[in-house]
Formats: sequence, C-alpha cells, structure tokens
Amino acid sequence: MKATVLVRPKEGIRDVDLEVDIADANAARAEIERMCGELLANPLIESFEIRLGGA
Amino acid sequence: MSDRPLVAVVVFPGSNDDRDAAWALGSVGAEPTFVWHEETSLPGGTGAVVLPGGFSYGDYLRTGAIASVAPVMSAVREFASVGGPVLGICNGFQVLCEARLLPGVLRPNRQLEFVCADASLLVEVADSLFLRRCTIGQELVIPVKHGEGAWYADEGTFVQLAARGQIVLRYTADVNGAMGNVAGVVNEAGNVMGLMPHPEHAVDPLLGSADGGLLLAALVDAAAAHRLGAA
Repeated sequence: MKATVLVRPKEGIRDVDLEVDIADANAARAEIERMCGELLANPLIESFEIRLGGA
Repeated sequence: MSDRPLVAVVVFPGSNDDRDAAWALGSVGAEPTFVWHEETSLPGGTGAVVLPGGFSYGDYLRTGAIASVAPVMSAVREFASVGGPVLGICNGFQVLCEARLLPGVLRPNRQLEFVCADASLLVEVADSLFLRRCTIGQELVIPVKHGEGAWYADEGTFVQLAARGQIVLRYTADVNGAMGNVAGVVNEAGNVMGLMPHPEHAVDPLLGSADGGLLLAALVDAAAAHRLGAA
C-alpha cells in the first residue's frame, strides 16, 4: 500500500514573527503578504497564513 | 587590462566553491575576480557572472532565499537584463531560482539524503550559450553534491520550458527526484543558466572528468562576446 506522509513543523517551530510599523490592519496585512510572496515563502512550494495581533 | 574575459565570482557568506570556481575559470581562459555580496555593482568590464556553490547565509529560510535579495543581486539582475551571461552552480542555481531569474525551485532530494557522486548528464540543447562546446545527446560526467537539488516546477511551466528548449541538461538516471530528471535550465532569453552539478570540479581528467570544462569554456566564450558587445 502506498502512503503519503505529510510532515509539518509544529506551530511556532518555523513561524516568523514580524513587526511592521503600520497601524492600519489592512495595510499591514497587504505589506506582510508582499513580504511573504517575495521572500518568506516560495509560492511555488509553500503556502502561508497571516495572523495579525500576535499569538 | 588582461586580454582574458573578466568573470565575476560572487561570494556570499557560506559560499564554499567560490575558489574552486575561480581556479577552474582561470584554467579555461578567464580572468576571475571575486565580488563580495555587499557590493552594489559589478567590476567594470565584467563579461560574465558566476554564482558558486555552498550554503549561502547558512541556507536559512530556504536554500538561496536570503542570497537572492543580497545587495549584489541587484547588480546581477541588471547585468542579466542586458544579456550578460550568468551561471549559477548548485547553491548559485538555488539563488537564481529564488531570485526568479530562473524558473522553478530546488527541493530536498527525494531520498532525503545528501548525494555526492559523479552524475551522468545528457545535453538536451546545444545551441545554448553555455553548451555551445557540446553536441545534442552528448553525455557528460560531472559531480553533484547536494541535499536540496530536486528541481521542481508546476506541470504547465515544465511543459512550456521543455517546448522552448529551456531544459538544457538532464540526468540520465534519477539522482535526486528532480522533475523530469532536470539537472540544468536556462531563462527564456538564454543568458542565465543554473545547474546542480559542479562543472568547476570536472576540469581535469586526473580528477575523473574534464566535461565541466566544456561548460565553463563556453561561458568564457560568452563573456568575451558580451564584453565586446558592451564596449
């Protein structure tokens, strides 16, 4: 039987904490999405999720 | 000024094949010069750029990711945009993919083990800038040494690249789980190439193969032509 094993780091292990100097939540999210798309994640092989407001 | 074409070898923190690359380039007629990652321009008269192997920035985030946004990469990007030949070897290939100067990405080897061996490669395209000293179907033996060398692209991109002749080198056997056994690709313009095998480690028959010299010598040819064109 063939199996596919999905191994993912546990929460917090490889998560990136960012601080942006933008007060507006929508603008902050847009800026962080840009950072993720350009460097923090490679959209070809990785997805990302943004949680505003800390842990 | 030397008659030899100037080839810039970019050095990132963690590069470890920069000196081998410079030595090998010198052995096939280039004047190699090192360029530190913090530089924002390439030396005047640069005819080609090599991004060498290693573990730039400790492979932090993803292999090649941090190096792809190093200050020197703006200059490399600009050089490539005007047709300057750029060759990325192993980690340099990873950097070029992360910089979006080449399609795809390099994933961990399928076997999840570091592979270090002579690899047999098939030349798929011989009219490439980098393979002009080879013939289509020619088999080259060039060593690989990597843990994250499985080239990957989405299916549509892969088909498109194959149709355009951008897949220039393939392994003759499954070395690392690379999609389509791809070992090397070029950009659409053809002046940027990346490959996981190390041509700089195959320039002397005493070391097992001189096939890598064919690629590097072609790069030096291209460097000379680019320098003339830019003059």
